[in-house]
Amino acid sequence: MNATPSLPIKPEPASQQRSDGTLPDAIATYGLTKYYGDRAVVDSLDLRVPHGSVYGFLGRNGAGKSTAIKMLMGMVRPSHGRATLLGEEIDDIRPETRSRIAYLAEGHPLYRWMRIRDAVRFTRPFYPTWNDELLEQILKHFELPLGAKIRRLSNGQRAQVSLALAVAPDPELLVLDDPTLGLDTVVRRDFLESLIQIIHRQGRTILFSSHILGDVDRVADRIGILVDGALRVDCPTDHFKQTVRKVLLEFASTPPELAPCKGLVSGQQVANRLELIFAGFGDEQRQAVEALSPVSIDVVELNLEDAFIEYTRGTKRALPVFIQERSDAQTTSSQGAA
Amino acid sequence: MDFRISTSSRRPIYRQLADQIREGIARGRLGSGQRLPSVRELSRTLVVNPNTVARCYTELEREGVLNTRQGLGVFVAEPKAELTKSARKQKLTETLDRFLTEAVHLGFSSDEVLAAVSERAERFQWNSPVSRA
Repeated sequence: MNATPSLPIKPEPASQQRSDGTLPDAIATYGLTKYYGDRAVVDSLDLRVPHGSVYGFLGRNGAGKSTAIKMLMGMVRPSHGRATLLGEEIDDIRPETRSRIAYLAEGHPLYRWMRIRDAVRFTRPFYPTWNDELLEQILKHFELPLGAKIRRLSNGQRAQVSLALAVAPDPELLVLDDPTLGLDTVVRRDFLESLIQIIHRQGRTILFSSHILGDVDRVADRIGILVDGALRVDCPTDHFKQTVRKVLLEFASTPPELAPCKGLVSGQQVANRLELIFAGFGDEQRQAVEALSPVSIDVVELNLEDAFIEYTRGTKRALPVFIQERSDAQTTSSQGAA
Repeated sequence: MDFRISTSSRRPIYRQLADQIREGIARGRLGSGQRLPSVRELSRTLVVNPNTVARCYTELEREGVLNTRQGLGVFVAEPKAELTKSARKQKLTETLDRFLTEAVHLGFSSDEVLAAVSERAERFQWNSPVSRA
């Protein structure tokens, strides 16, 4: 279980190191909540994105990812809770700090009447660290002339322009809301390669939401999964893959009911078989399953996409949660289903 | 040597890479003392987080398969027979039994299996017999 973080009295300036020499989290939220009507679209979010990490922010459509990101960027006002970006409170963020943060919004909004050159002239003044050479390099790589009219560009090209504008200031923190939505395979790969370039520059933090689990598997150090507005998973990418397990039980006839078991995500009966999904399959779970006296037990590993699907597809109530501390001390917890 | 990773595999990416490096060494495609791509180079080529490559190299270094020379890069280590002959024999027996079990289940005869082993063995680079207790 995540230790409740002690709330700082004053926001730490980002350049200040903690006593153990580490930099504060690039993004930290404390009970961040948003209600639309009486529905909590984001429910008490305690997100921690460590400085210098790549964080894959996952969840099905409508889970609350975009709303959470919009709250972080100051575009939506939270109902409760607070958050910090690069150590500063989001409702009191200094312009100098804002200029170190890049945001790629859903749908890559750009002014359609502009040419690329106009968009550059419009964006550049906000960022003292703007690097014209870097921008030209990127536009050249994507074969986008400065004189091109934005409304004549394809979706993929507009995404590339947005990415170029986001990356040109050489930001310390990049927040990307579904940046590859609707882009073709090649553009997506191009985009990933750009991300890798950014990661190679030390000390950059990236938060991105995506539905392409293969891409997330490649680049994310950690992932967080939002289910109905609540953060149910927050751990290293590999840890999630290695913890979610599909267990297949064969029976001679109709399978018995499985009693609620710690770590059980979902289960379904298919003829004489029980197909169970666990978040953590250890001795306790094995005993519970053996107690049903199946003819055979098959424990199957899953890749990230399948693990994500199995974890988020099942019934929504009482999902086991697992949150792993960022330090190398392996403190894992899986809160069981009721 | 060409490395490939697959995100549709169940195996963690760093393990896939480690498997390929080990196999490359066993097949003689990576020679003793040969330099491997840097973490950055490989991360760029494979389009994966550099931490993943770093993790792979660290593990292989811990196993004695690779070693890092400060400022120069990551290299294939000299083979070291640290285990006694009997310990190595035991490991081999364990792996053999797993393989033979699979072959039986697949329905092959022992002649077919031995022929297949001979044929595949030609693709690998073998050590000269070590005479140690």
